[in-house]
Amino acid sequence: MEATAATPDSLESSSRLWSWITTTDHKRIGILYGATAFVFLLIGGLEAMLIRWQLMKPDNDFVSAETFNELFTMHGTTMIFLALMPLSAAFFNFIIPLQIGARDVAFPRLNAFSYWVFLLGGLFLNASFLFGAAPDAGWFGYANLTSIQYSPGVNIDFWAMGLQILGIASLAAAFNFIATIINMRAPGMKLMRMPVFTWMAFITQFIIVTAFPVITVALVFLMFDRMFGANFYNPNAGGDLLLWQHLFWLFGHPEVYILILPTMGMVSEILPTFSRKPLFGYPVIVYSGILIGTIGWGVWSHHMFASGMGAAADTYFGAASMLIAIPTGVKIFNWIATMWGGKIRFTTPMLFSIAFIMLFTIGGISGVMHASPPTDLQQTDTYFVVAHLHYVLFGGAFMGIFGAIYYWWPKVFGRLLNERLGKLHFWLAFIGLNVTFFPMHLIGMLGMPRRVYTYSAELGVGGMNLAATIGALTLGFSTLVLVYNIWHTAAKGEKAGKNPWGAATLEWAMSSPPPVYNFSVIPEVTSRLPLWTVGGMNEIPDVPPEPIHVPGGSYWPVLAALGLVGFFTGALMHSLWVALAAAAVLVVSVFKWAFEPFEM
Amino acid sequence: MSTAAIGHYTSTGQDTRKIAFWTFIGSECMLFGTLIATYLSYEGKSVVGPTPQEILNIPLTSVSTFVLLMSSLAMVLALAAVMRGDTRYSKVWLATTAVLGAVFLVFQAFEFTQFVDEGLKISTNLFGSTFFVLTGCHGLHVLVGVIWLATLLIMSARGKLGPEKAMNVEIAGLYWHFVDVVWIVIFTVVYLIQRGPAA
Repeated sequence: MEATAATPDSLESSSRLWSWITTTDHKRIGILYGATAFVFLLIGGLEAMLIRWQLMKPDNDFVSAETFNELFTMHGTTMIFLALMPLSAAFFNFIIPLQIGARDVAFPRLNAFSYWVFLLGGLFLNASFLFGAAPDAGWFGYANLTSIQYSPGVNIDFWAMGLQILGIASLAAAFNFIATIINMRAPGMKLMRMPVFTWMAFITQFIIVTAFPVITVALVFLMFDRMFGANFYNPNAGGDLLLWQHLFWLFGHPEVYILILPTMGMVSEILPTFSRKPLFGYPVIVYSGILIGTIGWGVWSHHMFASGMGAAADTYFGAASMLIAIPTGVKIFNWIATMWGGKIRFTTPMLFSIAFIMLFTIGGISGVMHASPPTDLQQTDTYFVVAHLHYVLFGGAFMGIFGAIYYWWPKVFGRLLNERLGKLHFWLAFIGLNVTFFPMHLIGMLGMPRRVYTYSAELGVGGMNLAATIGALTLGFSTLVLVYNIWHTAAKGEKAGKNPWGAATLEWAMSSPPPVYNFSVIPEVTSRLPLWTVGGMNEIPDVPPEPIHVPGGSYWPVLAALGLVGFFTGALMHSLWVALAAAAVLVVSVFKWAFEPFEM
Repeated sequence: MSTAAIGHYTSTGQDTRKIAFWTFIGSECMLFGTLIATYLSYEGKSVVGPTPQEILNIPLTSVSTFVLLMSSLAMVLALAAVMRGDTRYSKVWLATTAVLGAVFLVFQAFEFTQFVDEGLKISTNLFGSTFFVLTGCHGLHVLVGVIWLATLLIMSARGKLGPEKAMNVEIAGLYWHFVDVVWIVIFTVVYLIQRGPAA
């Protein structure tokens, strides 16, 4: 396909279904990631609403204990693997190639494969509801609750295989983005000139590459235990149940940084734009991110203080966990210093970013509290931990992502989201989440355990639980305001020019939405803030001076993804034939993919 | 700017596929690292036999290890032949590498059946679980490598593997050498350094 002067943008070029299924355009894949993840966010949110409705009053019987187990398991799993990670991936896909001045990611078809595996993996996991067998052992699935003896149904099989599928999607995307960021940067885009969002995404990919194999092996062990009678998590055969905990948290703690680092990158773009000031201490922010990613590998056992590891391990993991607060604190002060003395505009993305700093700090402080083993022993498995993790992941990660949605929406779709509705969304979300999660600190301190479907009136936490439920409903409603805003904007939104916010980075140097080939000429940058620097970059004409070759689509990635997920479906059904047939589809697709002519 | 200039510019001057593949190898290190760590932490903890001391056949596996090591040598020669455009020896050495890999797999299949006959299955004890999953995972990697090499061999036989495609072979070589190195670690840890049951 040769793009000419009249080339439409990436959205309008062709809207037929087939062109979306076979697309290899990073921008379209980014939109697919975002839309899919947003639907999963609504599903995970609905599960949260049901949980809160059950806990609204003492001794409630709105749902059974079994359903409650399924709800909190699927809520956690969905929010982490199907909403937060892929929402970040949506921004990686759309924004990173634009920020570094590339035509696309390094491997466009692998990128499509990642998306389809993610989508099918998400459907696989949620299909469990149709069979009345949703996973029910918590998002961390502690052994030996998950053994065939205690979980004879297919609930855990759905969970263990679904997570393996999703891990493959994340790994494939991580190889792709690392290669893209290392090798596809425009001339002059040195590493230390990369926008902070790209930097944090880069670090995140390294964590994915190293952390996901660990959980994959842990899940393979679990599957072998359940399907072939292996003994990895079987105490009767001498197996150690702590093996699962170690492997799970060896992945699970770096996973926390997989969730939060991209958001730190997002607010590091938003805060300077709306303060009209370059980010304070750019290199320090970058190095802090690297430190967080590195130290994040050495703290996993702070999730396991209650397992009785002994004084030496407790001391080490407590100290290492507190250490990680230092680079995090450095970032927080950098962000505040960025705003200090700036010409601040309180737009919706800016409000979300400022709230991110504040709420993430609260979550960080409660985190340092249970980095101390004796304190942790009081707090573990109580609502205090629920409060902590939601301040970090909702107050932190999701608030940052909401800010990023408002910030980059005009670039992606060419229209600004409505500011008044945006501010309504912000205030409802901000108030709602504090009303929901702040009381949980106290509820936890007063002794209400997590993951129990009801509580007795004598515990005296009924009032605060009611408040939390009201807050959660507010939070749920606030998300509907965003949905309405999107619908409203589609028809009536204000058109965005190239750079509606007056931002400094490369993605704002082209029309909105970007043309299918991204930059009409390859950008050459001489500055970290090319649009804020005189002579920071070359002129990007609206019409390409020469025709630009754009790679066409391919359907092999979709078929490969279908083969992969079909293989796991066969395993779930204990059907060798289904698994073999699906594996054949996978192998054929990979070969066709490898030999199909696909010019970059 | 022309298509060619866009296609070939890279920030580091390195081939992008190679960079991606090194990252993949990084993740593979974590995969095998986790498997090996689990093997080590469960070593000597089985409550029933057979134990490694009773069942592992070091002389036999030394032969298959030697075969796999030689396949790495053949891989190096295959890449060199492809790079200098020597189609005859490209085929010879690619075939040699693939066949040596296949021989290793035959040894492993023989070893696995032998163990099952002697009463060691995946469900027998911790040793069975950790041994079969670790070495089986490695065997699966060898199998993928053999298929990959066979594909390159067919490309070469059809005259489609000239020096301009040397990077394809180099990346297959990276994979093959990695699988080989992992086996050296597994052979050392599982076969050569055996720790008995804890007293």
